[in-house]
Amino acid sequence: MELIQQLVNGISLGSIYALIALGYTMVYGIVKLINFAHGDVFMVGSFVGFYSITVLHLPFIVSLILSMAVCAVFGVLIERIAYKPLRNATRIAALITAIGVSLLIEYGFIYVRGAQPEAYPGDVLPEHAVHIFGAKINSQSLLILGVSVALMIILQFIVHKTKIGKAMRAVSFDAEAARLMGINVDRTISATFAIGSALAGAAGVVFGVYYIKIEPLMGVIPGLKAFVAAVLGGIGIIPGAMVGGLLLGVIESLVSAFGYSLWRDGAAFIVLILILIFLPSGLFGKYKREKV
Amino acid sequence: MAVFKQAKFFWSSIVVSLVLFAVVQFMITGGMLNLFYVNTLVFIAINIILAVSLHLIIGITGQFSIGHAGFLAVGAYASGIITMKLELPFISALVVGGLVAALAGFIIGFPSLRLKGDYLAIATLGFGEIVRILFLNMDYVGGASGMQVNHLTTWPWVFVCMLVAILVIVNFTNSTHGRACISIREDETAADAMGINTTYYKVMAFVIGAFFAGVAGGLYAHNFYIIQPSNFGFLKSFDILIFVVLGGLGSLSGSVIAAILLTVISTFLQDYPETRMIIYSLVLIVVMLYRPQGLMGTKEITSVFSRSQKVKGGKKDGKGQTVA
Repeated sequence: MELIQQLVNGISLGSIYALIALGYTMVYGIVKLINFAHGDVFMVGSFVGFYSITVLHLPFIVSLILSMAVCAVFGVLIERIAYKPLRNATRIAALITAIGVSLLIEYGFIYVRGAQPEAYPGDVLPEHAVHIFGAKINSQSLLILGVSVALMIILQFIVHKTKIGKAMRAVSFDAEAARLMGINVDRTISATFAIGSALAGAAGVVFGVYYIKIEPLMGVIPGLKAFVAAVLGGIGIIPGAMVGGLLLGVIESLVSAFGYSLWRDGAAFIVLILILIFLPSGLFGKYKREKV
Repeated sequence: MAVFKQAKFFWSSIVVSLVLFAVVQFMITGGMLNLFYVNTLVFIAINIILAVSLHLIIGITGQFSIGHAGFLAVGAYASGIITMKLELPFISALVVGGLVAALAGFIIGFPSLRLKGDYLAIATLGFGEIVRILFLNMDYVGGASGMQVNHLTTWPWVFVCMLVAILVIVNFTNSTHGRACISIREDETAADAMGINTTYYKVMAFVIGAFFAGVAGGLYAHNFYIIQPSNFGFLKSFDILIFVVLGGLGSLSGSVIAAILLTVISTFLQDYPETRMIIYSLVLIVVMLYRPQGLMGTKEITSVFSRSQKVKGGKKDGKGQTVA
């Protein structure tokens, strides 16, 4: 029964990874940039949620929406200020800028606020234990799963049924052709950053409620792991990010369950290197032959 | 004639650096430099070794690697084991540290053959983290609490290692092998089509770069009294990357200058780590936005003095951009 318990933990953790990974994969699909600052947007979202729950005394759902809105604006700001001037620069320059932005957010935040951690209040959500097959499942993990699934369904709806979603798919397929067809590419890219950052913000609040402790450098490791999840599922592919995130969460929990808990951070990177060697386009990706 | 000129330039730069060494050594023995300045000089030299070793991988061969602290860690721990556990002399520790790191470079170089650009960057980042976690879980070297190491690093040691590192990499760059590496940076497919064994040269660049990073690791470890896995995290890799990028991708003298400048700056900002990181990241963003080719571009400091040398290692076509 221990195993089922660990699987449930893994799925909760994995759905947080999946929410962050969605932002990575959408941004990569559209501008081919690894947005290193994405993990820090997650951190900012977590702190916005914390302050709106403790200082403004807002209920959980309102805090979640507020945090998503703040993160969406923040993501667009990052894109407009740092990444937009680099649209035609080399990939290496864009990657280094992304690392720079990430460090600036982290240490700027520490400089303004201080490095001390905060703890989410324990009574944000009612706590019940549900017993299934002998495993005790916390109602919070069910709620995390519920929030993540709901957001992913909304995302699928936006991407496949709305006009902006159609534009996003077009730009990620071929930006030049999309521009010729009259699609406002800059606005579409901003919208992508807004949606991805909002998902990261939601992941931040959910993370805080579930794991309690938050701090300014909390975004680094989940951010990297979410990127691993995106690569695992096939970068640029939205269902791939969801599956990759869940899978990575389960793998990590299983590594802990078998008594190698100190190795769980390493597991993600070993998965990454194995995937890159044996299946570089990910689980859902199609192999593309290089043309000269 | 050109060969003679180059040889003359080579020997004159050796003489200049030896004079520099002698002056500093004289000032140290004469007690004119206090411990703080000596320490800063040692740090500068170690950072120069790290910068030129990463320059070979990123600047010359165009393989974007952001896990250089992994090689540093491997070298530091290997040399620490040699001096502390096996009680062998310092020189053997440096050599073994370099060789073990070179082996790590060989291991990471192989999978990297299948990866390009962003994917390679992430894979090397993952490698660096795996190395750190490996040492964290190794009780033989003290785990998270770290490993005690004697203070053996002195100015002559770091100076000799730095000189050797620079000489090897400059000569490598100007050799057939170096040109092959540059051609890989410029266009891998074209280099392959011209009959260059890209696999061989990419692994070679990783092995040589990792070797010197390992030597730097040995010096780094024996400059402190303790080494811990947390010294070799992502931020350390990033520190080294910044030297190379800021100096100019493809310019050895640029990365040396950047290493000197940034080491001095960060020494003075030691008490304000947040301010230091904010300045670092702002500098990085501003440089990428307004001068993406870095401080020196792909030029070398020597080309300022002598205009006759038309083709030099590290120089590219007029676009001044590196394609990863």
